[in-house]
Amino acid sequence: MSLAHRIIPCLDTDGQRVVKGVNFAGLRDAGDPVALAARYNEEGADELVVLDIAASRDRRPTFLETIRRVAAELSIPLTAGGGIRTLEDGRAVVRAGADKVTVNTAAVERPELISELSREFGAQAVVLAIDAKRNGNHWDVMVRGGRECAYRDAIEWAKIGVQMGAGEILLTSVDRDGTQVGFDTEVTAAISKAVSVPLIASGGAKLPEHFVQIFKKGAADAALAASIFHDGVQPIRTLKEFLAGKGIEVRLSC
Amino acid sequence: MKVTIIDYGAGNVPSVERALQRLGAEAERTNSPDRIEKAEALLLPGVGHYAALVRALDEQEMREPLVDAIQRGVPFLGICLGLQVLFESSAESPQLHGLNLLPGKVCSLPSTVKLPHMGWNQIVANQESRLLAGIGSSAYFYFAHSYAAPDSNGSTTATCFHGTPFAAVVEKQNIYGVQFHPEKSGDSGSRLLQNFLRIAA
Repeated sequence: MSLAHRIIPCLDTDGQRVVKGVNFAGLRDAGDPVALAARYNEEGADELVVLDIAASRDRRPTFLETIRRVAAELSIPLTAGGGIRTLEDGRAVVRAGADKVTVNTAAVERPELISELSREFGAQAVVLAIDAKRNGNHWDVMVRGGRECAYRDAIEWAKIGVQMGAGEILLTSVDRDGTQVGFDTEVTAAISKAVSVPLIASGGAKLPEHFVQIFKKGAADAALAASIFHDGVQPIRTLKEFLAGKGIEVRLSC
Repeated sequence: MKVTIIDYGAGNVPSVERALQRLGAEAERTNSPDRIEKAEALLLPGVGHYAALVRALDEQEMREPLVDAIQRGVPFLGICLGLQVLFESSAESPQLHGLNLLPGKVCSLPSTVKLPHMGWNQIVANQESRLLAGIGSSAYFYFAHSYAAPDSNGSTTATCFHGTPFAAVVEKQNIYGVQFHPEKSGDSGSRLLQNFLRIAA
């Protein structure tokens, strides 16, 4: 008996509709977030993440409505984010039905945002999303959807984020995102071992074997993917049965 | 029967309300001392900081009607912090007083494991549990916490383990508490809430 490794589908939305990311560019429509949420809840997803990757101010009410409609379908935890810049943004997302809030670019620019959210909602509700890109023998933090370098070391930033009150790290490998060649186990293990909080690995998943690697070699506590689940290429239940067969603890019943 | 959900202004309370409504129960959210006093069944969901919950109970004058109602035998279910506040105090805010309805102090989970204890874990039922009736021993529940009540409080009906054993479910007469979030725990959580509704009816 121990904590199960989590499988987390991610809905990257434009505020309203799910879009797919390939190296954070070239988006195409992949469907209705509410229908997908209901399907994942049924299929045994352990949590759901909904992101507003457009994060434009004028479409915020649309995204909050999407969170409300998605939350109504779920009996599992919901994390929401994208464009969270202030405590008030965080409050709006939680009031709409999210259990956790992710912060990314705004937290790099103003780390106190993490503390403000953590004080109000508790560390368990604050997920620090880090987009990391290899640069020689270390990893840089990338911001603005992975497009701009923040000139910060990803491992150091993860440690600071946890000190500031983040209760979880959502680590995306910008190098692997959209490539489907597998998670980056190296950066994941480096950060997972450097922090005291759980880590969700993201970017590059395609095959069930990739998930085995990220849990065993990458020391991830959870793994996140988008398009392979949306396409129906990789049903969640089949993936979990595969992992259980490899000796990885997963939640099989709903 | 209507379930009165104590909404002290923190976290995702609507999800508890929705989970009860899905089971066909009538639910109301309130921070009114008067409503708490007249409640037929009470549910205290808690997320965030222990101090925020205790201060809200005191500042909004909910502590007395809540303790009175529980002592009169009104069925009570505490979730997460709502379980922790049943005890004497918590290491998260040692200077504050809990409801002191169960003996013992809430402690931090050990730093030898990743904290918060976040995700799906299994529990071991160690007594005849009414809340867990009909729920198989392999069921998983969703946890998100860094502090926990000791398992040796005399009312623990199920324990969980994360670095150390702790109370996952407590049951004493009309007092029920769960450290995990049944409203986020899929079918198993739904079954548990159903059991509480049956007990309370």
